[in-house]
Amino acid sequence: MRVLRSEWTKLRSLRSTWLVAAVILVLGVGLGALTSSALGSGYATLSAEERADWNPMVAGLPTLLITQLAVGVLGVLVITGEYATRTIQPSVVAVPRRGRLYAAKAVVLGGLALVLGQLVGFASFFVGQALIAGHGAPHAVLGQPDVLRAVVGGGLYLSAIALLGFGFGAIVRSTAGGIGLIVGATLLVRLIAQALPAGLSDWMDRYWPTAAGEKIISVVPEAGALAPWTGFALLCAFVAAACVAGYVLLRTRDT
Amino acid sequence: MNDTAIEARGLTKRYGDRLAVDDLTITVRPGAVTGFLGPNGAGKSTTMRLVLGLDAPTSGSVTVGGRPYAEAPAPMHTVGALLDARAVHPGRSAANHLLALAQTAGIGRARVDEVLGQVGLADVAGRRAGTFSLGMSQRLGIAGALLGDPPVLMFDEPVNGLDPEGILWIRTFMRRMALEGRTVLVSSHLMSEMALTAQHLVVIGRGRLIADAPMDEFLDSHGSETVLVRTDSPEQLGADVRRAGGVTSVGPDGELLVRHLSATEIGRIAAAAGIALAELTPKRDSLEEVFMALTRDAVEYGVPA
Repeated sequence: MRVLRSEWTKLRSLRSTWLVAAVILVLGVGLGALTSSALGSGYATLSAEERADWNPMVAGLPTLLITQLAVGVLGVLVITGEYATRTIQPSVVAVPRRGRLYAAKAVVLGGLALVLGQLVGFASFFVGQALIAGHGAPHAVLGQPDVLRAVVGGGLYLSAIALLGFGFGAIVRSTAGGIGLIVGATLLVRLIAQALPAGLSDWMDRYWPTAAGEKIISVVPEAGALAPWTGFALLCAFVAAACVAGYVLLRTRDT
Repeated sequence: MNDTAIEARGLTKRYGDRLAVDDLTITVRPGAVTGFLGPNGAGKSTTMRLVLGLDAPTSGSVTVGGRPYAEAPAPMHTVGALLDARAVHPGRSAANHLLALAQTAGIGRARVDEVLGQVGLADVAGRRAGTFSLGMSQRLGIAGALLGDPPVLMFDEPVNGLDPEGILWIRTFMRRMALEGRTVLVSSHLMSEMALTAQHLVVIGRGRLIADAPMDEFLDSHGSETVLVRTDSPEQLGADVRRAGGVTSVGPDGELLVRHLSATEIGRIAAAAGIALAELTPKRDSLEEVFMALTRDAVEYGVPA
């Protein structure tokens, strides 16, 4: 409990934390509004066939793909900031049981990311759907099947990416390296996968952890994709593996 | 008394090919300022990192109060350490930096304010640590070490970057901490500084123990007396002194420097030869000189003679 309070003090006492948090909120809600508005404005020109497949929730995906980068950076910074400023040394002297230090950091980051993720999820949903409705297009409401799960899930996905950045940061101990890994894992790998032969590319889209995890925000089942919670569980397992690797390295390496 | 001693037994740390600490066995006892001396790169900082469990020893062990520091039930109340004054987030205020450390031990804001006052930083508590001078950072680091009022204090090169007033402050401060019965280990490569501060000396070079003794004993056993002699006929006296077993050299002002003979013996030789003396002064080697002689072979990155 004491170490949790200490880690919260560290996090809240830095301007960069709130700057990144603001970027996450502005990016999340702003992009949600933009993509929803674009989606809604296109509804009028759709054919009857296309309107039958109308899904006002698809605006959420591009928002998530971009916002996750800011969230991932927040996760990276929580741990690599300590190495960059060498405060890891007084931190470990104050809490020589490194597992406690590491766990407290993860919990505090996870908590903040959870709040930010849910704020982004709900705010971008309400703003986005209101804009879609404004264009006279059918919009989603929370009471519809799977919509609430998708909105909450979007926030959960962002929290998971924050912890993925944290695990990566703990492994490489450098901000640049950690950001490189998180951008690579969430975007680059998937861009490269698209250029692969269809079989491989499909496999990657199904099983690459962040691709699988983002199915948590889909409300229309996709052929060949993992079920929302199954995909999210796969992402969580990947995040856990990164965090455990970071922990083992923190335990065994000289500080 | 030894429940707060630092004890290293066969402590060894290897980084790749380089042996940073080599089979070091020392006990740092409470109630005195122990000066930890060695040239740069001798392994002082590494030893301190090993004490705190920041690095793991390759072999051997080191304990504080009988157990490894990492197993201390209340770390902040066990050892206070300042290893790196710049290990502060530049964007965090001094008070928040200390608060985050204090909270790990359930120590509150009141104590943070107290230690800030103790080191003279109360007025800048809210300022971002990145704006601090090195001297202020040193004080902030010391404040952090004091938070838990620990019986063991360790400072790595604490006078680095301090102005004369700061140096005087830290010297007085460390002495007071030792008088209160604490174990105080201070590293330095400034021998003159240690001569004024420490009561006990641990000297290492290339990771190996060179000396571990009380300051007086150290000077007595390693220092030799030189007698400074001024006279109108140095050549004649020099010849007489050498005949009596003395070793002579000429000082910067043409004075005669004599080793291996006492001032009394030199006085008698001069009187017997009828040589008038203008000055006859016994000089004990400064710690600096003793240290230089002792570690000449142990300088890691020396300039070839």
